[in-house]
Amino acid sequence: MANAYTPGLKVTEQATVRKTRRLPILGEVLVQPGQEVRPDDVVARASLPGNPQTVNLAALLGVGEPQDVVHYLLKKPGDPVKKGEVIARTSGLFGLFKKEVTSPIDGTIEMVSTVTGQAVLREPPIPVEVTAYIKGKVVDVIPREGAIIETTGAFIQGIFGVGGERRGIIDVAVSSPDDILDAPAIGPQHKGKVVVGGSLMTGAAIKKAAQVGASALVAGGIIDTDLVEFLGHDIGVAITGHEDVPLTLMITEGFGRIRMAQRTFDLFRQLAGEECSINGATQIRAGVMRPEVIVPGHKPSGLVAQQNLQEGLAPGMPVRIIREPYFGLLAEVVDLPPELQVIETEAKVRILHARLQDGRVVTIPRANVEIIES
Amino acid sequence: MPEETVKTYKLDREINSVLATDCGSTTTKAILIEKVNGEYRLVVRGEAPTTVEAPFEDVTMGARNAIREVEELTGRRLLDENGVITPRQPDGSGVDIYLSTSSAGGGLQMMVAGVIKIMTAESAERAALGAGAIVMDTISIDDGRKPFEKIQRIRHLRPDMILLSGGIDGGTITHVVQIAELIAAAEPKPRLGIGFKLPIIYAGNADARSHMEKILGEKTDLRVVDNIRPVLEKENLGPAREEIHRLFMEHVMAQAPGYNKLMKWTPVPIMPTPGAVGLLMQQAARTFDLSLVGVDIGGATTDVFSVFGANHEFFNRTVSANLGMSYSICNVLLEAGVANIRRWIPFDIDEADLRNRIRNKMIRPTTIPQTMEELIIEQALAREALRLAFEHHKSLAVGLRGVQRTIDVSRTFADQQVSAGTLVDLMELGMLVGSGGVLSHAPRRVQSALMMLDAFVPEGFTRLTVDSIFMMPQLGVLSTVHPEAATQVFDRDCLIRLGEALAPVGPGRDGQDAVTVTMTPSQGKPVTVTVPFGSMALLPLPEGTTAEVEAKPHQGLDVGGGRGRTVKRTIEGGVVGFIIDARGRQPFVLPDDTKERNRKLIEWLRALDVYPAEYLDQLAKA
Repeated sequence: MANAYTPGLKVTEQATVRKTRRLPILGEVLVQPGQEVRPDDVVARASLPGNPQTVNLAALLGVGEPQDVVHYLLKKPGDPVKKGEVIARTSGLFGLFKKEVTSPIDGTIEMVSTVTGQAVLREPPIPVEVTAYIKGKVVDVIPREGAIIETTGAFIQGIFGVGGERRGIIDVAVSSPDDILDAPAIGPQHKGKVVVGGSLMTGAAIKKAAQVGASALVAGGIIDTDLVEFLGHDIGVAITGHEDVPLTLMITEGFGRIRMAQRTFDLFRQLAGEECSINGATQIRAGVMRPEVIVPGHKPSGLVAQQNLQEGLAPGMPVRIIREPYFGLLAEVVDLPPELQVIETEAKVRILHARLQDGRVVTIPRANVEIIES
Repeated sequence: MPEETVKTYKLDREINSVLATDCGSTTTKAILIEKVNGEYRLVVRGEAPTTVEAPFEDVTMGARNAIREVEELTGRRLLDENGVITPRQPDGSGVDIYLSTSSAGGGLQMMVAGVIKIMTAESAERAALGAGAIVMDTISIDDGRKPFEKIQRIRHLRPDMILLSGGIDGGTITHVVQIAELIAAAEPKPRLGIGFKLPIIYAGNADARSHMEKILGEKTDLRVVDNIRPVLEKENLGPAREEIHRLFMEHVMAQAPGYNKLMKWTPVPIMPTPGAVGLLMQQAARTFDLSLVGVDIGGATTDVFSVFGANHEFFNRTVSANLGMSYSICNVLLEAGVANIRRWIPFDIDEADLRNRIRNKMIRPTTIPQTMEELIIEQALAREALRLAFEHHKSLAVGLRGVQRTIDVSRTFADQQVSAGTLVDLMELGMLVGSGGVLSHAPRRVQSALMMLDAFVPEGFTRLTVDSIFMMPQLGVLSTVHPEAATQVFDRDCLIRLGEALAPVGPGRDGQDAVTVTMTPSQGKPVTVTVPFGSMALLPLPEGTTAEVEAKPHQGLDVGGGRGRTVKRTIEGGVVGFIIDARGRQPFVLPDDTKERNRKLIEWLRALDVYPAEYLDQLAKA
């Protein structure tokens, strides 16, 4: 394939971001094209049928033939019922030894089966709402499904995250992209905030952030075992975002202690004090979804270096190396030999030569570099 | 499970050129096959990123890009504004037929349900797997979950369709109706097409059909086919599988972006990728007349296929949805555990470092190993992914449970324990077919051979092969219209013969003679070697040649003829040669002590020349 390199993550002061906000089932859209929305505004709403419960009437009543249960029903399909209310009763012997079945829920009787003798009771509908998630403008409405919200502002993608959509004011809690974000750097002032660190967020920092009620933590890396401890379980497949966790985490570089890319760190510093929307949801497959921080309305300062990557890899371009033996290092492309070359593993691959920040020129498979997109 | 009649398509023209694509979840691959000097051969291939998802949302863009590569390489025009040009035109443009398979957009995701977990539910699972689906969950009356838990599960998952079975024809209907009621109560929604009704295929007791109509007819898109288990002793998977394929086209493909266009390019229905590979595996077993196990290890999933039986009548396919080399590589770590991965790595590595490396591979799946150390770690993970997927396969590839000599239901239950053995007989296994990047693209072919030996631990004689460029899906769908062309290309261009392996079975004493082998090649001088227990040896035997082999086991070991019995056989050569694996089988064990294990691993790697000698020397010194 022509592009044998990993498309980079977007880190930009100015981008137009569109978000499709969709209901899981058909419902009602509450906004109009052109309407301005805030992150918490509900843009669409639907009702999921309530949770059903089955009750084995035939067994509970001690009726031999399932079709006989209809004779003992006190409520018929469609009738509302209260929890504890008697829904079926046998007459018993001379009025004695009656058997009763009560409703386990508040809801309605949906159906009674004469084949199996079981009744299905349904709880009241569950409302489902979709919020705008970002501050912006409704640019399109998908009838009965949702809306598309557009905003212009800063946009930073991470490489991996956990936890869902949240928002908060950005606070950079370290002074350099090399710094470790540890517990002492986090305090009550971070309640509701998106706290940014440097090369690593420690397990203690994550705990402290949860304690003080921070919205999210962002850093270059995380130690695998700290993540597992935070989640309470290991991650097998790279689909995240639905974890029941007190705060969202986003890492920008990878697992381990890895210096946050200077441009990313500089941009976070520019954005300090501004409100952002953050989502840790990550899905690594065709149609990749990466975690993100969006700062609607941010005015570009021009202080953060910009790049134009429309043409793919080219000499002079800064790249990040994303695999051993130079994992996490930043470099500049020196040249891109067109022919395949044999690397240490004896595989024949497309390579590039890159100059590391310490001046060494090294050979890297093109698949193992990433461009930081702007 | 018993092999079924494959639906074939008759064509109104002679086929001299075939263009076929496989739209995978990340890459769309196109191959061009032509009849050259009376033989069908692969001419060129092209590939391009799949374009099912945003921002493209049109599968034909990726297909066009892949085909354009083929056009560039051949200098022939194959596409016009309407799609692939068919039939081939007098000016040389176009091809006689275009075909496609697809696993893009998550492939086919199904839920299956039956009355008894190990009977009708298991048959339904086999039908779905054989059709190329990922089975998200299997619901049955006796699955140990409470009714509300089953309902919650059905509601939570959004499959593409549900296959519902249960009961033999004429038997009791109560239980299957009960399952239908649970499904109806859950009001399940399909994954694709908001507002569409979920397709449900009913393949259970014929007497319950009117009840199904009543319970599910309105809430779902109900389809009724013949019972999957009309009597206890028979499994009838064909009609359910055909309906699954039809619905895959009508519902899943029709909803996926761009497929409506793609479907018009081809006269043959688009087939789920694993379904097509399964067809090819069955055909290969017949062609070579041996039992085989095939594996396709991808980034997200690992598919295992097996064909066993005297008449190759037992075909099984399983998919381990969360065992793969990128997207789900952390699940390999989770399921296998660090110790099992480390046991294949002949050097010390810190656990935290290993875990971080695996996580980083997950989040950046397209990267490749640059150092020997990284390659070894990746291949260690592959061994465990393959081993786990094969374990899973063996547990599902079983005979019809409880039906041997059964005359009534009570007997059926009594027999379950005795007849639940796997159909996968490692001594009967004649050929292993490996596919997927880590096997097809290993820098040295012997690395693929050793990964398969370590993961599958075949016994006796086994032919080892890999798929050169993963064209089995396209050849599978081609086999439905032109079996001869599919077989010829599979044999000549798809399969790379690595060679033959011989593994004596039984416990033995390290260092003492395990087997004496005399190999008389068709070209060259006879060689005799005696391989000690706990060792490996490699005898060169080039591709395209054969050899007569006499294997005399010692210490009461078995090489396929029974304990201590000499076996004679003709073997085929390959790019690796003839591997004698005397490390032991039943049990196959690695030393627990890290130093001793590393020493043994390095010894085996040297014997087969798996990695560069100077690198192994460095490891040995360390």
